[in-house]
Amino acid sequence: MMADERKKVTLTIDGIQVEAYEGEMVLEAARRAGIDIPTLCYHPAIGPIGSCRVCVVEIENGKGLPASCVTPVREGIVVRTNTDAVREARRTVVELILASHPQDCLSCERNGKCELQDLAMRLGIREARFRREKEHKESDTSSAALVRDMDKCILCGRCVSVCGEVQNVAALGFAYRGTDAMVTPMFERGLADSKCVSCGQCARICPVGAIYEKEEWQKVAELINDPDLHVVVQVAPAVRASIGEEFGIPAGTPVTGKLATALKRLGFDAVFDTQFTADLTIMEEGTELLERLKTKGPLPLITSCSPGWIRYAETFHPEFVPNLSSCKSPQQMMGAIIKTYYAEKTGIDPDKIVSVSIMPCTAKKFEASRPEMDASGYRDVDFVLTTRELAKMIRQAGIRFQDLPDGEFDAPLGISTGAGTIFGVTGGVMEAALRTVYEIVTKKPLGKIEFSEVRGLDGIREAEVDLGGTKVRVAVAHGLSNANKLLTHIKETGEHYDFIEVMGCPGGCIMGGGQPRSMDPDIAMKRAAALYTEDRGMELRKSHENPAVVRLYEEFLKKPGSDVAHRLLHTTYEGAEEAAEVSRKEAM
Amino acid sequence: MASEVAAKHPKPDTVCGECKCQGNLHDDRFDKLQDIIDKYKDQAGSLIPVLHEAQQLFGCLPEDVQVFVAKGLGIPESEVYGVVTFYSLFSLKPKGKWTISVCLGTACYVKGAADCMEELKKELGCDVGGTSEDGLFTLEGVRCVGACALAPVAVIGDTVYAKVKPEDIKGILAEFVEANSTEARAS
Repeated sequence: MMADERKKVTLTIDGIQVEAYEGEMVLEAARRAGIDIPTLCYHPAIGPIGSCRVCVVEIENGKGLPASCVTPVREGIVVRTNTDAVREARRTVVELILASHPQDCLSCERNGKCELQDLAMRLGIREARFRREKEHKESDTSSAALVRDMDKCILCGRCVSVCGEVQNVAALGFAYRGTDAMVTPMFERGLADSKCVSCGQCARICPVGAIYEKEEWQKVAELINDPDLHVVVQVAPAVRASIGEEFGIPAGTPVTGKLATALKRLGFDAVFDTQFTADLTIMEEGTELLERLKTKGPLPLITSCSPGWIRYAETFHPEFVPNLSSCKSPQQMMGAIIKTYYAEKTGIDPDKIVSVSIMPCTAKKFEASRPEMDASGYRDVDFVLTTRELAKMIRQAGIRFQDLPDGEFDAPLGISTGAGTIFGVTGGVMEAALRTVYEIVTKKPLGKIEFSEVRGLDGIREAEVDLGGTKVRVAVAHGLSNANKLLTHIKETGEHYDFIEVMGCPGGCIMGGGQPRSMDPDIAMKRAAALYTEDRGMELRKSHENPAVVRLYEEFLKKPGSDVAHRLLHTTYEGAEEAAEVSRKEAM
Repeated sequence: MASEVAAKHPKPDTVCGECKCQGNLHDDRFDKLQDIIDKYKDQAGSLIPVLHEAQQLFGCLPEDVQVFVAKGLGIPESEVYGVVTFYSLFSLKPKGKWTISVCLGTACYVKGAADCMEELKKELGCDVGGTSEDGLFTLEGVRCVGACALAPVAVIGDTVYAKVKPEDIKGILAEFVEANSTEARAS
């Protein structure tokens, strides 16, 4: 890494000499020095907002109490973070926030995991001095993925910031002002009628119970106990990189074995791994890529595993819809395979199968609800639970996750390779595809399995890969504003790429909207490391070597891209016809 | 409950009703709106002046106008909506030809502004924030206009009325109604 060339300054915080870089904020410098200034609107996933005033500090010879998250460090300043005046100001700020908050903590989705609750506790608030009757608003339940409870909103602006700046969607904005101010889609519509893509980044960073996933875990817990039903579950790669955090296991520890055991103890009749269909996706998408490279179009082929990204493309970049891979996401492939192949093989009536998936993602709920996702003749996936919901289910069942022995997924749909594992992190689908496509094209075993050039957390990465003489230009983007940047660049410059991976969330699925909430600025790196470690430890690391996938083709699908495969594993997108119409006109 | 004033003057068709422009992008006002957008497009902070002129053009800022402005300036719709609802200057609903702003600041209030407001509501047949049926007047309450010595104060269009009494209201409105009909006859 290059040496940091920024100018250094020295300041004093609570009597401690602290070195900081020019341009850094007092809050960051203090935290590095081990002083944890309390915050509420501040979140490492977005830039500082400076709206809540909880992080106020005193600066000697300065005026008033500045908010440390937006106050840059300066040489020689003397900062005090814990004076009587500071404590009194913080308490008053939080009391005023509480004044327009319902304070029905006991029945709140965030009970025990709420930043406002924690803050009230930490600041020693013992009475609610102020009380304002805020007009009750019905929760917005229009979306298949997310619920907005605006009674609980504290107007911190995190969701507006992540939706607009990080995801470039801007479905949510501030409207009205003063006591009427609210966060809302345009014209106070429901999320379902807005441009929301269901990515759930808002739900991941909301400090209170104002935005959360549409919960279905209690329903699933009920169905598991129904003896007439065969309840099967699949679990996505990114879940094993994060669910441990919910049970006090350090971030970055893969907990695959414990996860399999927990799902079995919850009573699921079969426990499958979405990584199996990740491998299957590679077979289908790899074939599609080779086909498009041969017939010259439409290129670039763009991955379609991330349903938030798909909705974004349909809404904001319909001109790229023809570039989207027609492959369903691994979740939906698994759904279709469970209710056809698996049902046939086990002789279970698919009507009696309840297909549940555990996802790091809220958009997966939306995806499963899309009307076209019924290729098996049934709903391909019946219920989608987020990682957070699964943690709730495990806690409710009294399972001590952290103490569980390692278990295994069930065959055949629980068998997978390391290529499937890395699907959960940005660059992973690309790398998995390259591992397979390289060997198919060159008919030679890959010398170096890891494609480090597509790894990392830079917003957009590109590489040129030599497939036995054919040079293929690939790019990876994660987070929708990066996807937007890349697509806009392609549109403006006509630069050629053959294959692009897009994941809707910054960092990929490991940072999905359904993942455990975290204030750790390095959380993406830790979770990514968990998946790469897991991949390295796998016996099989290339999708086409997955024996269960090979058997699935032999017994059922025939070959990648076959008619059966197309019927069950591929899909169409909104706006595809319009986009075709536009390109026909442009060609004329 | 239409008042005498309202009854005498049918709704002029120039007012953007509920809503003449909606869904009709061939409306030539949208061509003009495009010109306005082009004029400000590359300037920082162009949203407010564009909305301002758009409101003059359409009489209000209904959804399709906001969407058009958002697209034209490359600004998210939610942000445009946020700005429109933030400033009381902008209106989602059509406004009357004249806006009547009754000062409800402390001085005006103790001098009887509330009674004037009641009288206005009765005469115009609309509530605060509403528009008379003839489309001539929109009634609004404002906080202090800074003319406490003249309390109670009402501002109609650009004209400030000082020391208003409820019994003056009828006569004041009649001036505007008269001016409107003179204008109509002239054109």
